[in-house]
Amino acid sequence: MNNVKRLQMQGISKSYPGCKANDNISLEIGHGEIHALLGENGAGKSTLMKVLYGVVKPDQGVILFNGEAVEINQPADARALGIGMVFQHFSLFETLTVKENIELALGKQAGNSSTLAQRIRDISHKYQMPLDPNRRVATLSTGERQRVEIVRCLLLDIQLLILDEPTSVLTPQEVDALFITLKKLSDEGCSILFISHKLHEVAEICSAATILRGGKVSGHCNPKQQTPDAMARMMVGDGVEINHQTRRTYTHSAYLKVTNLSKAASSSFDIALNNISLTVNKGEILGIAGVAGNGQEALLKALSGETTDKTAQSIFIEQTCINALSPMQRRRMGVAFVPEERLGRGAVPEMDLAENALLTSFDFGLVNKGFLQWRKVVALTQNIIQKYKVKTPNTHTHAASLSGGNLQKFIIGREVEQQPKLLLMSHPTWGVDIGAQVAIHQAILDLRDKGCAVLVISEDLDELYKISDRLCAICDGQLSPILPTDDLALPQLGRWMAGDFMTEQQNREEAA
Amino acid sequence: MDIDLITNILYAAIRTGTPLLLVALGEMICEKSGVLNLGQEGMMLLGAVAGFIAVYHTDSFMLGFVIAALSGVLASLIFAFVALNLNATQVATGLALTIFGTGLSAFIGSDYEGKTIEALPTIGFEILQNIPLIGKALFAQDAMVYFSWFMVIGCYIFFRAHRAGLAVRAAGENPDVGSNLGLPVMKIRYLAVMFGGAMAGLAGGYLSIAYTPLWTENMTAGKGWIALALVVFASWRIERVMLGAYLFGFASIMHLFAQGLGISISSNLLAILPYAATLIVLVVLSRNSEKLKLFEPVALGKPWHKTR
Repeated sequence: MNNVKRLQMQGISKSYPGCKANDNISLEIGHGEIHALLGENGAGKSTLMKVLYGVVKPDQGVILFNGEAVEINQPADARALGIGMVFQHFSLFETLTVKENIELALGKQAGNSSTLAQRIRDISHKYQMPLDPNRRVATLSTGERQRVEIVRCLLLDIQLLILDEPTSVLTPQEVDALFITLKKLSDEGCSILFISHKLHEVAEICSAATILRGGKVSGHCNPKQQTPDAMARMMVGDGVEINHQTRRTYTHSAYLKVTNLSKAASSSFDIALNNISLTVNKGEILGIAGVAGNGQEALLKALSGETTDKTAQSIFIEQTCINALSPMQRRRMGVAFVPEERLGRGAVPEMDLAENALLTSFDFGLVNKGFLQWRKVVALTQNIIQKYKVKTPNTHTHAASLSGGNLQKFIIGREVEQQPKLLLMSHPTWGVDIGAQVAIHQAILDLRDKGCAVLVISEDLDELYKISDRLCAICDGQLSPILPTDDLALPQLGRWMAGDFMTEQQNREEAA
Repeated sequence: MDIDLITNILYAAIRTGTPLLLVALGEMICEKSGVLNLGQEGMMLLGAVAGFIAVYHTDSFMLGFVIAALSGVLASLIFAFVALNLNATQVATGLALTIFGTGLSAFIGSDYEGKTIEALPTIGFEILQNIPLIGKALFAQDAMVYFSWFMVIGCYIFFRAHRAGLAVRAAGENPDVGSNLGLPVMKIRYLAVMFGGAMAGLAGGYLSIAYTPLWTENMTAGKGWIALALVVFASWRIERVMLGAYLFGFASIMHLFAQGLGISISSNLLAILPYAATLIVLVVLSRNSEKLKLFEPVALGKPWHKTR
């Protein structure tokens, strides 16, 4: 192997109005090296990758590929050099088939259309990622969609593969399978740039790492020799508390009780709920793990009242059946919600923060004989902003102009301040930086300690293990058994997320 | 009813449906790329008046249709610039284009009001046109009817078998992803809007040059609007657009016959028939919301600009 580096990026800078996304960043990757790019949300990882893939033009900087200076003005240029990219948010069109998607993205580089399907099968077989070229993407699981993206890169003569947070949407088993593929590629001499903020994964497969913070390189290291704590420190900087063990509680007084909740799918894009039973006790946090698109959305809608059912009797708060109650009626019983979608469900983008605070808190003394008590609304909003450290100029900022993490802190603050008896949350810290994550988790734990029943649906297993008292998984609209978190090992949970409990249950039923 | 009558009804139904088919086809492609252009009525009227004037002065049908298409394209470019470059609301921009087209066409055409030209001749195929019932409807039409079939087949192949068709669908489903993959989303949308403009211009030209053939103010009588509804209720599928257009043609002809037969219903009520029948059938067809999702351009009507 020669000494010329596969990729050298030197002095890359890119500014957007009001923020310097990349500030003089340099990055080097060798042949067959799996190189990690670490950093928090907003550290500039995605921008740097877009520069490398020709989606974004840098203001300054040089890119050397195999030792030669190259100019990458569009994704096709990157692909022509042998650079492939797997986006974090898949760049797939749901209404097209696998083959059509690949054909569309690669253009002339896709080669002969009539043999394309066979080549897709060959490549996916070679790297152990089975795929049917004629399936519509809408019918594929997240893991399968990722395979489409990877196969799309491998169809070309690829020398550098960029993966943007590839594991955030996978079950632990799928992650293992992905790592096998990546190692095989690396053995064949293909360099891999692995973008992540999951340190144990980086330690597992990467042999070098570049760490970004606030648009600048904050360090280099060998992840195999560095402790996760040291790497995390480079990511978040000093002064943020990272590590802490949470105390588990076990209570037995049921607050929310769901018995045999079933709901047919409303369309083929929807997942049917099948006989879901669970209880959430007062003063505990129940976590539900699962890969996206396994019925989490339908479950949360049924619990929040977004979908109501006048005939069924399957959801109870203490002794009251609430199936037929609207979200407003449920809120009046002391239920609060933090939905997955922040803009559009959690907050109205075009309204300012005070108005958004009013939206769900109007029952709490903010309205007098129908007239809005604006002074109280603003006071409440200011209280939320201060207490939850929401970064915003004032209370009249539009919700849409806050960053995702800040808006999430605001929404959680708004719901928590209502002192609910039951809090339903979906992906509470998705896309939120570590500092804010710690604050949000603390708020949830404090609420639990005051006796609130909390249900958390999340894809982030680290988070669930950190805060849940009891834990289970959802797969294909069915719920696994529920175990105390400390009794449920990660591999077991991973198998449950893949639906293993269904066969276990069947076997038990057959044996009985 | 005798055979001759039915033959003639079918023949006339297709002729009546043709302008609707042309404009709806153009709008469908435009919407597939994610752009909602409500200016169809205005572009049709401009095409109608420009085409009519061209034929009136030169006696060249070819030139008439070229001018009609070009005026549609010019009008659509105004829309494209305002809605795509300046990112104005597509709905408002389209409405403005219709109002603009209606007014401008009336102004340009005021001197030609009531004048007539010779209609576009029909082209009959020997033997075939003598097939009972359908012969006249299918093989004794004018050139534009054949052209509309050619366009239907062309669009069908474009979407099913060509990469450019995929690119248009991609631009309408998720322009951000398309752009990240390196598709020229802006160019695709511009071309789609221009195609829509050309087809609307041709549809207008067909009305004033072949169908009536004369120019009167506001002669499209809401066909541009029906075309917009047609595209949605046909769930963006070519074969259904065609079906809907001919259904409209058929119902229009039936209402004329019903009047001729002296059925004693108010003619105003009967005039609703084609609009109502077309909508009802298509609404019933498009009830399956799941199938609808497969063809619906998700990003339809949303302003988009490239971030760089």
